[in-house]
Amino acid sequence: METPTAQTLVLEVPDWPGHLPGQHVDLRLTAPDGYQAARSYSIAGPVVDGPGGPRIEVTVQRVHDGEVSPYLIDVFGAGEPVEVRGPLGGWFIWRPEETAPVQLVAGGSGVVPLMAMIRARRAVGSKALFRLIYSVRTPADVIYADELRRRGRDDFGLDIAYVYTREAPEGWRGEPHRIGLADVNTNGWPPDLEPLTYVCGPTAFVETVADLLVGLGHPSRRVKTERFGPTG
Amino acid sequence: MGIVSPGFQGRPRTQEPALPPGQYLTEDFPVLSAGPTPRVSLDTWEFVISAENGSEHRWSWQELMALPQETPMVDIHCVTRWSKLGTNWQGVSVDTLLDGVDTGAHFALAHSYGGYTTNLPLDDLRGGQAWVVHTFDGAPLPAEHGGPARLLVPHLYFWKSAKWVRGLRLKTMDEPGFWETAGYHDYGDPWREQRYQGD
Repeated sequence: METPTAQTLVLEVPDWPGHLPGQHVDLRLTAPDGYQAARSYSIAGPVVDGPGGPRIEVTVQRVHDGEVSPYLIDVFGAGEPVEVRGPLGGWFIWRPEETAPVQLVAGGSGVVPLMAMIRARRAVGSKALFRLIYSVRTPADVIYADELRRRGRDDFGLDIAYVYTREAPEGWRGEPHRIGLADVNTNGWPPDLEPLTYVCGPTAFVETVADLLVGLGHPSRRVKTERFGPTG
Repeated sequence: MGIVSPGFQGRPRTQEPALPPGQYLTEDFPVLSAGPTPRVSLDTWEFVISAENGSEHRWSWQELMALPQETPMVDIHCVTRWSKLGTNWQGVSVDTLLDGVDTGAHFALAHSYGGYTTNLPLDDLRGGQAWVVHTFDGAPLPAEHGGPARLLVPHLYFWKSAKWVRGLRLKTMDEPGFWETAGYHDYGDPWREQRYQGD
């Protein structure tokens, strides 16, 4: 369990061909009568070698009234099979050979593909400078909270800033607020450094942040976005 | 049939019959784009069809609005698995725009403000199957959904319905567009579930 509403699943996938940070998989479930439902989930980190073959991780955020996510979190058990298709998506990816500074802007569970980039950066020993701006409702909603705390301290060249929209931790300076120009301007990279930007979160969040970035002078072609709606 | 997932029931099976395989119904209108939303002024907006022989046909916003308008009511299917039924649009049939364009091309590359591209066989843009639309549910099409104008090709996955469309390049050879280069299917028929390359 990452938070009360998000859980990481480790999937053993024989013949996994490898993937790039930011890519996703489709998971497909089949009911006894043959009915099927599939959803896309971001891969959360580099492939791991397990005793039974390559393993990938996905983090599933519970969608209220969702068809698939409550099943994956509440019912799906260790050792049970699930159909995995992937890796998918060739645009919202960070290539570890890139040297440009990177700014990552996450809204809620939009942090998952960005965490994959942060983990891959360290795994390959990249020296690209990374900044993560992570917007959450409350401190309890921070996915990967312990690991982010540790990486913020140990991963040289990684800066992490939080925006709290409903409730800030004790001792936090400022009031809870939705992400705004000052957050992006203060905690991101200036356009002069020609950073690569990845924004992932709910549609309204991504629209807001992408508009702010363009307003600050970042060229659209350097801003990659991934939006999700209520997709269960 | 795939591997049965123990304990998985799924939604009640009383759903609409009109959904392509692997799709589910939504009442909202989700947004999927690869980058920031371009903001395009109507004063400078134009739509250009360039034929393979180099000739160009241009329409300003006023000229587009002066063409015969149609009001398609269609079902739309996004590759991210949502479908929306009975959506209401207003715009100009691509047949109307291609009228008077002398071409022997078999393919089109739709291109957009902001740099997006997507490729389609030209036959899929003809015969009352495709429009350049500017109105959704009776109101100007919002920018995040592709306004001022987007392509509407509802019989293919919705990424083929290029948002912020700026023109069509007619081609004798097929040239993959943005998502098609990033691993998505070249044609994208939802009823054959052509989501990714190899489907």
